Formats: sequence, structure tokens, C-alpha cells
Amino acid sequence: MMVDWRPSASSATLVIRARLLQRIRAFFQARDVLEVETPLLSRAAATDPHIESFLVQDPLGGTPRYLHTSPEFAMKRLLAAGSGSIYQVCKVFRQGEAGRRHNPEFSMLEWYRPGFNHLQLMAEVDDLLRELLDDYLPLADTSRLTYREAFQRYAGIEPLMASIPELQATVRQQGIDITGLDQQQKDPWLDLLMTHVVEPALPQDGPVFIYDYPASQAALARIRQGSPQVAERFELYLGGMELANGFHELTDAAEQRQRFTVDLASREASRLACVPMDERFLAALESGLPACAGVALGIDRLVMLAAGVKSISEVIAFDDEHT
Amino acid sequence: MASYSTNEFRSGLKILIDGDPCSIIENEFVKPGKGQAFNRVKIRNLKTGRVLEKTYKSGESVEAADVMDTDMQYLYNDGEAWHFMHPETFEQVAADANVVADAAKWLKEQDTCVVTLWNGLPISVTPPNHVILTVTETDPGVRGDTSGGGGKPATCDTGAVVRVPLFVDIGDQIKVDTRTGEYVSRA
Repeated sequence: MMVDWRPSASSATLVIRARLLQRIRAFFQARDVLEVETPLLSRAAATDPHIESFLVQDPLGGTPRYLHTSPEFAMKRLLAAGSGSIYQVCKVFRQGEAGRRHNPEFSMLEWYRPGFNHLQLMAEVDDLLRELLDDYLPLADTSRLTYREAFQRYAGIEPLMASIPELQATVRQQGIDITGLDQQQKDPWLDLLMTHVVEPALPQDGPVFIYDYPASQAALARIRQGSPQVAERFELYLGGMELANGFHELTDAAEQRQRFTVDLASREASRLACVPMDERFLAALESGLPACAGVALGIDRLVMLAAGVKSISEVIAFDDEHT
Repeated sequence: MASYSTNEFRSGLKILIDGDPCSIIENEFVKPGKGQAFNRVKIRNLKTGRVLEKTYKSGESVEAADVMDTDMQYLYNDGEAWHFMHPETFEQVAADANVVADAAKWLKEQDTCVVTLWNGLPISVTPPNHVILTVTETDPGVRGDTSGGGGKPATCDTGAVVRVPLFVDIGDQIKVDTRTGEYVSRA
């Protein structure tokens, strides 16, 4: 049998990837943001019930490690220690995520800006995007929509106040045939409409920022009080593809612990792996995380846009199928 | 009952939906960075041939359909059913008109077809990509006209009507692509 040893990406695409990485580093150097490296292996893991860490066993019986799913916890520890603005380019690992736009191991650009809120960071993401894609992809004007506006405009429903039956009615109207979603939880129904209805309808030719998410989807963002309250979180879409996720970061250690606890309870209810929460990260928050905004951007998807290819395997030298 | 998890979904996988055997044509993993993952699939119902789209919450399990594509030799039609035989086990199956459907007009005795069996019973028949048929009826051939332009209908021994070049005559053997129904060449 012929063993397929060749790369899944063309050499032309790998040149684009290298060029984009150079531009990323030049962008942050010019803005005086420090490049850092944090461990890929950690004794703690992400608690998010929708993200599964790879577990690395120690053959000699020592404490197992988890491959990080994002460098967020460690980078926030640096911020709490007074690092100032920092960025990192690294591989992250998520079990079970494979497809046209997913590879279980992928490259992430993550950066943090003390003193910024999520709206200021959105502006910087837009600057970076335009500088990176400059001669690869002409970009139309940037759109900025709240989560609520995006749903009202593209799915015809107000998402924050809508009941689960109302969301289900919209799902049916849209002709979506869905199996397996919990009837008692609202967020999965919102995610279904977001991925199946809103995302495909977003403008394709320019960056689209969606911000102010439902408080129930805050993740590690701070929640702004109001009626209804919203999470100061944003997502960037380009070419119908999710490219980045950012937060005006939660700095309250007690609330963070509470969210981790809720995550772990939800993991247990769904019979997912029970993982240790990151106590060192929580201790850093207790000691004081400066007010800041942070964002993670998928480098592989950025290369896909620059190279004009449809599949993530075409921008990674060896995708998961070729390892 | 055997079942598949959505992370085993790939094109060609046979699953049971609402009691009907279906084949996955396309599977797309859709997941927001923060939030619920889905598998969005395009599926062909193997009994009706209809294509439908469905979304599963990732991690769900779906019942497997015991569907096998089997190479079988077409034997004969007894007026009600078409009979096929497995070339090694000599096991025979009979398929009725609903199952054979449009494939009927391409079936030549002795040809090897793909018979799709569900729980051992035929649910569809796929003829070979190319078949050799004998022309039984067509307008007289125009000698020397090999331009291929124009063309005319020709009825073949299986009943299929194929558009052929003008030079083809009654009694000629022709090669036809069953996927498009088009004439390929004289055989």
C-alpha cells in the first residue's frame, strides 16, 4: 500500500502562512505588545462543557497533564504579574473537533490589552485584519452588530428575551431538522440559529463584529448590568467564518470560581470528563487582574481566507488525517 | 442494535432515519468557538432516493442500517421481478419494479450490477456505468456521416431509447453510459 506522506497544504499556501506570521509579529512589535510563551501542558484544564481537553498520561504514574485548549489562563497570570500588553502565537488542542474548518490541533493568536474594553479591542482586531490581509483579500467596510441586532436582522427574532418555544418555532420556520437538543436549555437553540441562519446570512466581503452576547454565553467575559444584562464579548466573522472571539475580561475571582463551578456541574450532568479547575489562575485573579480586554484569533482560518481555500487541511502542513 | 456516534459520520455511512435506510452524502462539523457543536448532514434515503438535510447535536448516536452494496449478476425477468445472483454464493434475490425503477432499461442478462441489500432484501439496483446494447429500432443509417452532428433516437433491446449518431443502424451494438443515458461509441 502507498503511504501518503505528502503535506496536505501546497507550498504556496505555506508561504502565505509564513508571511502572515511575520506580519502578525511586526504589527505587535510596532504597537509595543510583548510576545510571550506559556506552557502547552497544564495540570488544570478548561471547564467549558463544549470544549474537550486532551489528557496526557504519565506512563510512570505521575500527575497527568492536559494539553491547553487556549493560553488564556496562563496569559492572565502574566497580566496579573504586571506584564502589560502581551500576545502569543501557539498551538492549541481540542478533542473531537475535526472538519472543513476544524482540526483538533490548530494555531491561535491570542492577545491582551490592559485598559481596553471590548469595543476598543474590536477596533484593534480590525486594524490587524486589514494589515494582514492587505494584498491578499480586498475587504469591504467593517460591520458592527450587537448579537440582538444580528438575530433580529437575519433570523427575525429577538434573542435575549425569546422563550425556548419561540426559538424552536423559528428553527422550524427556517426548515431546520434538528435531533438531540435539550428542550430545557436555551443556549443550544440560540447556537443552532446562530450557526445555521445568522452566520450564513452575514455580509461575506467585509469583517463583521457581533458583540454584547447573552449573559448566559459570557464564558470569561464580564457581564454588564442592564435590562437585559449582556456579556461584554465579541466575535469576528469574515467570509461567513468565525475568526476570533474576544472579551472585556472578567476580573472578579469569586464570580470566575462560580462560573467554573457551574461549568463542572454541567459537565457532570452531561457525563463529560471531570477536570480540575485552574486554581493558580483563580489565585492570580484574587491577587488582581488589571482591567483588560483579550481576544483569540484562529490563524489557520485567516490563512484560508488569504489563500482563498475552503478547507483547513489545505493550510496546515499536515492536518490530523495526515499525522 | 449497532449505532454510530456523530463523530463517526462520514460520507457513505448507512444509518436508519424514521425507519428508512439512508446513506450520508455529506457531513459538516459546525461549532461556534464557545457553544454547542453540531453535525450538519446531507442524507440520501436509499428507498426513495430523496435527499434531505438534517442536523444532529454532536455526540448523539444514530442507529446503523444494515445496508450492503453487493455485486450481483442479473439473470432474468419473469414478468414480475428481476432476478439477481451472487457470483460466489449463487444466492439469488428478486427485486420488484419499485426497487429496480429506472435501472430496468439498462439491465442486460449476465451483466454485473450493484444490488443494495437492506437486512438482506434488495432496495435498489445500480447498473454498470457502461452497457453494450443492440439497436432494435431506428431510422435507416446514413452511410459515411460520421460527423456525429444531429443524431436520432434509437430503441435498444432492453427498451432503452438512446440518442445516437446518424450512421448507427438496426442490429448495431452500441456502448452507453448509464449515468447520463448518453451514447458513447459503437461497440
